[in-house]
Amino acid sequence: MQNYRKQNEGIIEIFFLSVSVIALLILVSIFLFLFITGIKAFTQISLSDFFLGTVWNPTAYGEPTWGILSLIIGTLMVAIGSLIIAIPLGLASAIYLSEIARPEIREIVKPAIEMIAGIPSVVLGLIGLLLLSPLIANIFGLSSGLNALTACIIVAIMVLPTIISISEDVLTSLPKDFREASLALGATKWQMIRMTLLPAGLSGIVAAIMLGLGRAVGETMAVLMVAGNSIAMPTSFFDPIRPMTANIAIEINEVVKGSLHYESLFAIGLVLFVMTFAVNLISDIIIERQVRKYKW
Amino acid sequence: MKYIYLIIVLLLVVLTAGCINKNRITGEVAKDIKYIEIKGSDTLLQLVSNMAEAYSSIDSSAKISVTGGGSGGGIAALINDQADIADASREIKSTEIKQANDNGIDVLGFIIARDMVSVTVNENNPVSELTMEQIGKIYKGEITNWKELGGKDQEITLYGRQSSSGTYSFFMEHVLKGDYSTKMRNMDGNQAIIDAVRQDESGIGYVGIGYLVDENGNQVSGINVLKVAKDKDSEYISPLDKEKLPDYTISRPLYQYFANKPVKDSALYNFLTFELSMQGKEIVTKSGFDDITSTDNAHNEELLGKI
Amino acid sequence: MVNENARQSIYFVLFRVAAFFSVIILLFVLLYVVKEGISVINIKFLTSMWSHRDITQGGIFPAIVGTVLLAIGVSIISIPLGICTAIYLNEYAKENLLTRTIKLAIRNLAGVPSIIYGIFGMAFFVLFLNLGGSLIAASLTLGCMTLPWIITASEEALKSVPYSFREGSYALGATKWETVRKNVLPHSFSGMMTGSILGISRAMGETAPIIMVGATFFMGYLPTSPFDKFMALPYHLYILATQHSSPSASEYAMGTALVLIALIFMLNLGIFILRYNLRKRKEW
Repeated sequence: MQNYRKQNEGIIEIFFLSVSVIALLILVSIFLFLFITGIKAFTQISLSDFFLGTVWNPTAYGEPTWGILSLIIGTLMVAIGSLIIAIPLGLASAIYLSEIARPEIREIVKPAIEMIAGIPSVVLGLIGLLLLSPLIANIFGLSSGLNALTACIIVAIMVLPTIISISEDVLTSLPKDFREASLALGATKWQMIRMTLLPAGLSGIVAAIMLGLGRAVGETMAVLMVAGNSIAMPTSFFDPIRPMTANIAIEINEVVKGSLHYESLFAIGLVLFVMTFAVNLISDIIIERQVRKYKW
Repeated sequence: MKYIYLIIVLLLVVLTAGCINKNRITGEVAKDIKYIEIKGSDTLLQLVSNMAEAYSSIDSSAKISVTGGGSGGGIAALINDQADIADASREIKSTEIKQANDNGIDVLGFIIARDMVSVTVNENNPVSELTMEQIGKIYKGEITNWKELGGKDQEITLYGRQSSSGTYSFFMEHVLKGDYSTKMRNMDGNQAIIDAVRQDESGIGYVGIGYLVDENGNQVSGINVLKVAKDKDSEYISPLDKEKLPDYTISRPLYQYFANKPVKDSALYNFLTFELSMQGKEIVTKSGFDDITSTDNAHNEELLGKI
Repeated sequence: MVNENARQSIYFVLFRVAAFFSVIILLFVLLYVVKEGISVINIKFLTSMWSHRDITQGGIFPAIVGTVLLAIGVSIISIPLGICTAIYLNEYAKENLLTRTIKLAIRNLAGVPSIIYGIFGMAFFVLFLNLGGSLIAASLTLGCMTLPWIITASEEALKSVPYSFREGSYALGATKWETVRKNVLPHSFSGMMTGSILGISRAMGETAPIIMVGATFFMGYLPTSPFDKFMALPYHLYILATQHSSPSASEYAMGTALVLIALIFMLNLGIFILRYNLRKRKEW
């Protein structure tokens, strides 16, 4: 009787282990597929052409060019621009929710903000297309509102819930002693927040921002609909841009498997993957440090 | 010892994965196949969806699905063996034919309609006619301000399609004969271009005429259609002018490509025949396109006759 | 000191504004979609097949069916897998390199852009395994994408069960599996379910991955086998917004968006209620 239960244990553990390995396998396969297909592109395109070339035109009238610099800049512009909007808004909201709001208000506002995360990106893109972009064109006197600015605003809306949620969690998880000690020394609430809580929770907040950054870099549909998608090197936020994600989405449907164009799109995918992997890794390390500091 | 179980599980996963091998059903394989997958040009999306819908009401056992993605996408799907018919608003490239042959696919083409590619501007733009060369220069980025053409002093905003679009390729080969300006905004579809030009006083965009008329046959509001002349000495013709149509220069045949030969009486074959029938032609004109010429017709019938 | 108080008041007002601004954005989005889309919602719209020749006569029923089938497919694939992985990681795993690598993999999978899952799905499920563009290819692709979320949510649910429960069970001589099955799982089940359904509702709204693995714009028939292509609400809405030429197309796009959001929110609301009810029954 004892023996069969023990035997079962072994099998069950192996079963769960093998299932868990699948998650690892998926990540590895994604990387492998991207790498194997993408690397082939570099047998025909030089690294400097790819990363430093400014024109991406695989279906050119003359010689195709494969420079992704303008695409990388497009991605960076969306990432940085949306964070410039979302970080102040997000942090302020997080501070409000965790330190200032009454519990009843918190119970309503927090779930409401989580709901924004549930709105599909294509719906936000639709609103951007129909409402925001003509508005921006009107306000700034531009001929068209399909540009980096509109894309940044829409992506900021998407990234906001992530930043608020995690920052708020970080702040509420800080020990009560911190607050009590600070207030006991005569600080006002704001002084307490500014001088005690924020520095203590800084790494967690940075991690939240990095996760938001990851989301902004990876956003596809919304930017596809409102960023303008031109391949020229942008000179300002009022210019149309084409982030790497939008480029892959646009061209993946027309490539024949095995062609250089196909391989080069996977190469772009590889670059994207490495970027988001790096951002996530860094935020992981930061979160780990934060948890270790304040776990009690 | 325990890890042997792990290896067995992994092996099972790999084996089942390898066994799943749904054979793509093309018209060639069996007669009673009723699935037809059509992929490709957005210019043709409307027309072919209308055809599919009309055909399904005649033959309710036929299961047709239509998707866009651009002519490039449709042809790529045909080559990758993921579609039965590829809608294309441009002719198939020789590189694509080669890729198809490398994959063991023999590509056959049908001409389903003729399309005029119109050039549109905002309704407040005073410019109303241009030559092919001027249009080409505008899109190549050599002419950048409307005042160079007698219009307002505004920088021209270029709207075009994406590289997967047949319209994009056709316009590039036929009108520009060179590369697009990198500043051109690559829009997601014909409708996106019309919406953009409607909102942008200095905008210019090219769309198939099927998108210029609504379901009742009236021209959509907010935009003007330019009259185009072959060169400075020729007549400026509007693509909406039914009588002068044969002389409109930016015209092209719209193709449907399929792989190998459909078996006679298969769903694919019947669908193609339907498209060429009187009913089909009626749908073509109702969708805003032009009927195929008699030479096109002869070409199609010859193709069908060979089957 | 007076200065400090004044400064604090100003900041706090700003923060309050910021937080409510976020809520206002949400309300605005919802109201806008409702306002623009409600005019096209009627029984016919929701239950008829898509008519291309005259979109005022057709409906988005096949798109609704497609999205629902996709949600079911993704659930079947990712929920069991996700829960088992979470059980292993939280209950069985020892601190070794393999465990740390798996955890790292999961955290990073959650951050991979959806388009990457799309091209991976296309290259692997559609082309390499030759499944073709189909419901099953799409379910597998979206399943890979949802897996990390489900694992994370389930792990949190498992962690929330106090360790004393397990200790009590071991003290009575139960094996690990018996402990997990009888003492831990029942209490964490609600948390795991709500987390999973949240993940599924996010998958329902994804567009980029499904374009290349089987979503179509027009289909005259409903999908009957996992190898069929399908229509889906997010893709349908995207095409209506950018490519359809009928002047009422943007209205219909909004209507489709409204249906999609309504489905997602109904799912979320359901979880909310479920979570509340199950929490009431908890004994600690």
